[in-house]
Amino acid sequence: MNKKSLAYPYIIWMIGFIVLPLIMVVYYGLTDNTGSFTLDNLTEILVDYNYKALWLALGLSLISTLICLILAYPLAMILKKISLNQHSFIILLFILPMWMNFLLRTLAWQTLLERNGVINSILSMLNLPKLNIINTPYAIILGMVYNFLPFMVLPIYNVIVKIDPNVINAGKDLGASNVQVFTKIILPLSVPGIISGITMVFIPALTTFVISDLLGGGKILLIGNVIEQEFTQAGNWHVGSGMSLVLMIFILLSMAILAKYDKKGEGTAF
Amino acid sequence: MNNKLIDLKNITKAYGNNVVLDDLNLYIRENEFLTLLGPSGCGKTTTLRIMGGFEIPDKGQVIFDGKDITKLPPNKRQLNTVFQKYALFTHMTIAENIAFGLKIKKKSKAYIDDKIKYALKLVNLDGFENRYPDSLSGGQQQRIAIARAIVNEPKVLLLDEPLGALDLKLRQDMQYELIRLKNELGITFVYVTHDQEEALTMSDTIVVMNQGYIQQIGSPEKIYNEPENAFVADFIGESNIIPATMIEDRLVNILGVKFPCVDEGFGNNKPVDVVIRPEDIDLLEPGQGRIDGVVTNLIFKGVHYEMEVMANGYEWLVHSTDMFPVGKNVSISVDPFDIQIMNKPESEDEQAVTIDE
Repeated sequence: MNKKSLAYPYIIWMIGFIVLPLIMVVYYGLTDNTGSFTLDNLTEILVDYNYKALWLALGLSLISTLICLILAYPLAMILKKISLNQHSFIILLFILPMWMNFLLRTLAWQTLLERNGVINSILSMLNLPKLNIINTPYAIILGMVYNFLPFMVLPIYNVIVKIDPNVINAGKDLGASNVQVFTKIILPLSVPGIISGITMVFIPALTTFVISDLLGGGKILLIGNVIEQEFTQAGNWHVGSGMSLVLMIFILLSMAILAKYDKKGEGTAF
Repeated sequence: MNNKLIDLKNITKAYGNNVVLDDLNLYIRENEFLTLLGPSGCGKTTTLRIMGGFEIPDKGQVIFDGKDITKLPPNKRQLNTVFQKYALFTHMTIAENIAFGLKIKKKSKAYIDDKIKYALKLVNLDGFENRYPDSLSGGQQQRIAIARAIVNEPKVLLLDEPLGALDLKLRQDMQYELIRLKNELGITFVYVTHDQEEALTMSDTIVVMNQGYIQQIGSPEKIYNEPENAFVADFIGESNIIPATMIEDRLVNILGVKFPCVDEGFGNNKPVDVVIRPEDIDLLEPGQGRIDGVVTNLIFKGVHYEMEVMANGYEWLVHSTDMFPVGKNVSISVDPFDIQIMNKPESEDEQAVTIDE
């Protein structure tokens, strides 16, 4: 069989499930009910309600990405130091929750955080003040960090373990202290992993509507929720597609900025 | 030359149950080119890493210039290392790589720029300042690694198989380059290799190691011509190692034939091993030498022919520029000073005795 023909199933798949839907989104986004060209669907984002949702989504996903980075980097460093047997165990601990359904994990947090949920029951048993973060942006950040943290840890870890120990030794040999070795050698060499981690956390966080739905109690609307509502409740595919296009522009923009720092594409290691 | 710059005293190092170095004693003199030579796993790299501060010995002391530095971290030591696979900082330009140590020492910009220029000239890579390590060949990267180390003006440069990853021609060029550098800089080189030819070419002193023990310390000529035991003889170059009996001083019985030699003091009728280098054997017409035999194998090696001669039950390895075809009857002759007598090892341990120079 011709080697090229082996690629056909994938090409058909990509056309059917990636290219066509994309064309449809662009078509709906740039037309109105009568099918004539319009930019109104795009400018719909400037409506106060939508505009706020976009900025809130950007803000919360940026904060979550930052928290993920702060948590993940030291963890990746610790994983590197731990001996081989133990570290595969710790990595397993990290990946294990990922084998569970995303919805279930988020629902679990809902139960944990509820006003009379598990955490608050324990707190009241200990006569401690209740934790009222369910249905607030804090709960959404918590959900984002919890769900996306492994996607930050793994690319950073992958890059850090590949650093030749002799490169670190060379730094020490040339007089660098441990702090200098970190700031001048390990950190710059791990930039591709950081970039990859940021991409893999920021984009799903920016577009999520499930986390904000379940942990925000439907009161806190992110851009993902607004788009979802346009499709499912308002039934206005044109506006939904238009705002999807706007969101896509923000994603492409962030990827373009990040790509500048990852020239060799090493961060795609994951 | 007589000042002990580095003195390793009773160094023992083990990883778990695996003893890598056992009570090793070695000193390195100022301005010396000393090579640690041995097969992989002999402890040579561990010895170097202990000097560099990347390993701390379980027992023993490292004395540097009169001070105990056994537990001093690498960044506080006045020596620099050139690593096997270059270990350049790939995220920095060549100039930034070379400047790394100087910037940490907070030298002035003018001083650093001068040093970069000087170091690149020294390793014949002028004009490479703004390139990245990835765009350089292996040989060029290794020279940058050397430049990065020497700009710090270390008293000792430690080199861990620096030419191991290069091809033969480049390796030979780099050997001359290293000798030139050492002479220009006037610093002490400690060099680790498993390549005996490299060791013989470059060193003032060779330390042959095996299984964590020093087998012999000496000049290249001494190591090659007068190996102290069968391991050294076998490891350095090719050799015929033949069991023999020392009849008396200056007379040895090899395979039933008496050979005059130059060694004394082994006692009378004592079993010994003799080492005869293949190029030291002369092949003559039958009856003209000491042992008659027949050529059983012939290989053309370029510079010389390599022949195997079966004589008195032993297959002699012979290198000669004269060709003797397979099946030809020949006679073996060896000059007395080309016969090197060694004590027989009495036990496994003795294969790895510590010998003081």
